[in-house]
Amino acid sequence: MENYLYTALFAPLASSLFVALFAARPKMLFTGIVASLLIAISMIASFVLLIDVNTYGPLHVSMMDWISAGNLEIPFGFVVDEVSVIMMVTVTLVSTIVHIYSIGYMDHDKSFNRFFSYLSAFVFSMMILVMSDNFVGLFIGWEGVGLCSWLLIGFWYHKHSASWAANEAFIMNRIADLGMLMGLFLIYWSVGSFQYDEFFASLKTMDSTLLATIGLFLFIGAMGKSAQFPLHTWLADAMEGPTPVSALIHAATMVTAGVYLVIRCGELYTLIPDVGFAIASLGAFVALFAASMALVNNDLKRIIAYSTLSQLGYMFVAAGLGAYWIALFHLMTHAFFKSLLFLGAGNVMHAMHDELNIKKMGGLYGSMKATAILMSVASVALAGIYPFAGFFSKDKILEVAFNEGAYFLWFALFIGAGLTAFYSFRLVMLVFFGEKEYEKYGIHPHEAQPFVIYALLPLGLLAIVSGFLEHTFEGFVTRLLAQYEIHIEHGTEALLIAATLGIALSGIAFAVYMYRRGGFPKSWEERFCYKLLSNQYYIPKLYELYIMRPFSALANFAWQKIDTKVVDLTVDLIAKMVYSTGEKSRKMQSGNLSDMLRWMVVGMIGLLILAFVYRPMV
Amino acid sequence: MITLTHYFILTGILFSIGLVGVMRRTNLLMLFFSTEILLNAINVGFVAVSKYYNDLSGQLFAFFIIAVAASEVAVGLGLLILWYKRNGSVDLNSLQMMKG
Repeated sequence: MENYLYTALFAPLASSLFVALFAARPKMLFTGIVASLLIAISMIASFVLLIDVNTYGPLHVSMMDWISAGNLEIPFGFVVDEVSVIMMVTVTLVSTIVHIYSIGYMDHDKSFNRFFSYLSAFVFSMMILVMSDNFVGLFIGWEGVGLCSWLLIGFWYHKHSASWAANEAFIMNRIADLGMLMGLFLIYWSVGSFQYDEFFASLKTMDSTLLATIGLFLFIGAMGKSAQFPLHTWLADAMEGPTPVSALIHAATMVTAGVYLVIRCGELYTLIPDVGFAIASLGAFVALFAASMALVNNDLKRIIAYSTLSQLGYMFVAAGLGAYWIALFHLMTHAFFKSLLFLGAGNVMHAMHDELNIKKMGGLYGSMKATAILMSVASVALAGIYPFAGFFSKDKILEVAFNEGAYFLWFALFIGAGLTAFYSFRLVMLVFFGEKEYEKYGIHPHEAQPFVIYALLPLGLLAIVSGFLEHTFEGFVTRLLAQYEIHIEHGTEALLIAATLGIALSGIAFAVYMYRRGGFPKSWEERFCYKLLSNQYYIPKLYELYIMRPFSALANFAWQKIDTKVVDLTVDLIAKMVYSTGEKSRKMQSGNLSDMLRWMVVGMIGLLILAFVYRPMV
Repeated sequence: MITLTHYFILTGILFSIGLVGVMRRTNLLMLFFSTEILLNAINVGFVAVSKYYNDLSGQLFAFFIIAVAASEVAVGLGLLILWYKRNGSVDLNSLQMMKG
């Protein structure tokens, strides 16, 4: 069993290192194939582990000692339990598909090899993150995925916007990581160990204020990685990266790391329900907030990014309210249909020669039937229509909110569900149906290569059927995670489901109805609401005005006034002094023996004087 | 009566003469002479102190210095002759090759 664990963990690393050997060379097809194969091996090992964990229970290995200094003992330990194996399977499955997809997508890119090296490195970091049995290993993986995210968002580094977005993502995450680090320090300070099990074992004896502080700090870390308000702006800008990256990192895996952290620390959050409720409220707010921004955006990828943000909000609601298995379930189904949506968007982008404005598309159904069907499936799943995957997981979250008596949260999520359905189908309608706008721009779209479509089929299938795994899933993960009982009467429950389904369907119907008739009139774009939403509530502007500008003014001041006028000046002065002394004393070295002898006598006299001054006292 | 102080005064005078010679002379040969004077000034001092304390090691050291001085002059003169053959001068100012 251990061998499967190591295979699952290290195959992506091997892939990354192997492909990195050719990183600077022009495109070589085999690098993509080798990388995909190794990731697929990792996936197979993960599935074997899933079966093993199901039969024999969790697996815990200590590979070697890592840090052992004084009282600090951190082993390189890995744990494969019900939660991490689900994450591993999800990550490797989506990764494999994204790798295969990328062979087609990055076909014409001159940095083809470099791309695969980064992508595999990301998978490795993600595996470390989910498999580690202690917080330090988790943090290493956490930073690793952050690094890979930076590398991949800024993959086309010659584009200014891409490198800007990469830096933004990185810096936002650093801010949040400070909170995470504080949480880790508090854990070590109060428990004396970073191991999950030791931490959870000592929870009962700890002060509740301390627990709440730890919980909050850890959640700040999760907010950064999962792009929750107010650290959310990086996710939409991260769409500058190649589309497979958006699918893998910024939809299916990395951004869900925050949710994973909350689920993993579930035992902590059950003890501090107030913090949990705060998390849930923030989640509900983001779910609605992000969905509203997706309503008016015209950028194909940004719409999906906002949708991801909104769905992460849903997951946090479930996790915050203590329904950890439901959060994990939504995480998994979301990974399937959202990566499918992104990869479909990648096909559309390719067909449209990197045009992202959905107003310039329309009527693509004719030339891209397979992509259109796959994206529609993903959109239906996202909207949460029976029997697609999203229905099962999202509906459960709404029930949880209702069950907890948090009717306000429930209402926010309920409205969010309607908005989700609307913007998903606005996108589908504008891209695939209606007038063929692209003809005005002289673009001749074409369907992606067949193997790319075939690679997407498993995701399409999972987006349809994975919802039916609900009860198996529940039985499996609740061996480790807390059970969650929903005490709602059957009649009310049915009513709730019907209401949610109803609002989702009416959202879809409204979108289809409106955009069949050419959409909303132009005059809407002049309205305040529209402007507010399309400018993302002016939040990026606010950040620029009130944080970035003062900060860069401060940095300028520090640079021009403090650094150059104080620090540099001191250093320069010392250097100049040494230089001028040398210049002056250079003349001493005349090469004349008499002069040298005279200097020698001077030195001797000097030494004599010294010897006289410091003579031993008798 | 000649005391130790008288010897020290002699040593001091001889040493100063040698030092001035070393600093002022530009003839290489004269430089050697001055060095000899310096060394022998010290020798006088050593022997005087040795006699004063009734300790032979001072005189021993004087012999040692004489031997070293002799060998130094032997090598130095050899080089001097070589230099003279090549340049036709033993003036110190002709020997400024290491100007900084």
